[in-house]
Amino acid sequence: MAPVISVSNLSKTYASGFRALKNVNLDIARGEILALLGPNGAGKTTFINIVCGIVKASEGTVLVSGHDNVTNFRAARKEIGLVPQELTTDAFETVWATVSFSRGLFGKPPNPQFIEKVLKDLSLWDKKDARIRTLSGGMKRRVLIAKALAHEPQILFLDEPTAGVDVELRKAMWDTVRRLRASGVTIILTTHYIDEAEEMADRIGVVNHGELILVEEKRELMRKLGKKQLVLQLHDTLDALPPALASHKLELAQAGTELIYTYDTQGERTGITALLKDLGEAGIRFKDLHTTQSSLEEIFVNLVKRPT
Amino acid sequence: MNWRAVQAIYTFEMARAYRTLAQSIVSPVLSTSLYFVVFGAAIGSRITAVEGVSYGAFIVPGLIMLSLLTQSMANASFGIYFPRFTGTIFEILSAPISTTEIVIGYVGAAASKSIILGVIILATAGLFVPLHIAHPFWMLFFLVLTAITFSLFGFILGVWADGFEKLQIVPLLVITPLTFLGGSFYSISMLPPFWQTVTLANPVVYLVSGFRWSFYEIADVDVSISLAMIGLILGACLVTVWWIFKTGYRLKS
Repeated sequence: MAPVISVSNLSKTYASGFRALKNVNLDIARGEILALLGPNGAGKTTFINIVCGIVKASEGTVLVSGHDNVTNFRAARKEIGLVPQELTTDAFETVWATVSFSRGLFGKPPNPQFIEKVLKDLSLWDKKDARIRTLSGGMKRRVLIAKALAHEPQILFLDEPTAGVDVELRKAMWDTVRRLRASGVTIILTTHYIDEAEEMADRIGVVNHGELILVEEKRELMRKLGKKQLVLQLHDTLDALPPALASHKLELAQAGTELIYTYDTQGERTGITALLKDLGEAGIRFKDLHTTQSSLEEIFVNLVKRPT
Repeated sequence: MNWRAVQAIYTFEMARAYRTLAQSIVSPVLSTSLYFVVFGAAIGSRITAVEGVSYGAFIVPGLIMLSLLTQSMANASFGIYFPRFTGTIFEILSAPISTTEIVIGYVGAAASKSIILGVIILATAGLFVPLHIAHPFWMLFFLVLTAITFSLFGFILGVWADGFEKLQIVPLLVITPLTFLGGSFYSISMLPPFWQTVTLANPVVYLVSGFRWSFYEIADVDVSISLAMIGLILGACLVTVWWIFKTGYRLKS
């Protein structure tokens, strides 16, 4: 299937000379959830802003459903909804007015039933006549999502949508994202909460210093880059590792009560069988064992630490 | 054309005027009425008629022009500056609308408000002085064209300004003095010959003169020159707006 967004050789150099994006290439499939991870200033927001038409690219092209987002901006932008990072809302408008305004801006005829559904889905219905300045930060965030959804977009950009919102609202937002995804909407999100990306995304893209370091299926990424650890809880405390076990590169932890063995899930052999055999021969008994896998956060930290 | 987007911006801006009715309509009408009381009734009674028109009636076109210029600029500049200030401009820039449609929405709303205001001031003036409009069509033509031109000017100002102070500087320090010195309250023939020549460098003279001609058929400069001057300012504003959107000046980095 043709990608819903196709980005080729995208670069951005601001007037100050700062290179925010460097030759980014990315295809996004229809209906997927892509999470863009990266430290502050990595270029995630610049990327989103260029695709949405807010910032001009210095080089490269962006196709949205096959439409160039500069030469055929109407067709390209019609498909996109954007929830910006900042809480940039009107202050004196009512919720209903500002969401209806957004729908009109995208050329859609008025549809009060649809607006009502959007507001109800986001638990904003009872606030529809409230002026936005009277709302809490979390409510304003919901209003921004409602505005982005008002024109029934097929692609939704969420630029750190859960920054500064409470746990309950975060969960409600992700429920909304799941519903949208189920209806076929493509979702591109940036987040600092890596657990969210881990939970929500189909694919993960990592951006650092303006470069897209990698884009990978989430499961594949975790499989490739994830290291697994076997933790053995010892029956008797060890003061030091016996020399016979040196080849296994074990780590003695928890004041000598735990042995940690790190292995590569991609390797032909994990070495677990040999380790257990050697442990038995060395007379080391253990009372329990479990394995742990690196979280996406650990993978991410390792990736952005790498020299580029 | 994405007329729904134009309508959305237009309606949004008009609703803002409705919300701030005291500021948008009542305040200009009140200040204009005060001008009539002070200049028309109190001082005007001691000033002889100007070219056969009573002083109170003579200043009506100039007073309307004063409000038209300042309010067109204030409405349009605030209309585009405020979304830039709050950041909501992102929505306009990411919507499927062309630059022409954005300008029609914002400038159309600002000009509409000014025209409504101009008509209200005209009606208010009718309560103080007997009014005579010799050329109603040309009067409306000048009214509409000036409102559109200076709303465009205000739009440019709203894009250029990077703070509330800059937003106020041009209307307060440039336009208001030019309007006061542009023959709103006097005919430039009342000035010494040297200052008559200097005054001709003030573009507002041509606007007031043409507008006054449509009322009383008296003018400081030929009406065709007045029309040409409005056309010139309008053209300059259109070129500047075109350049703003082409380069993304202060809108898109």
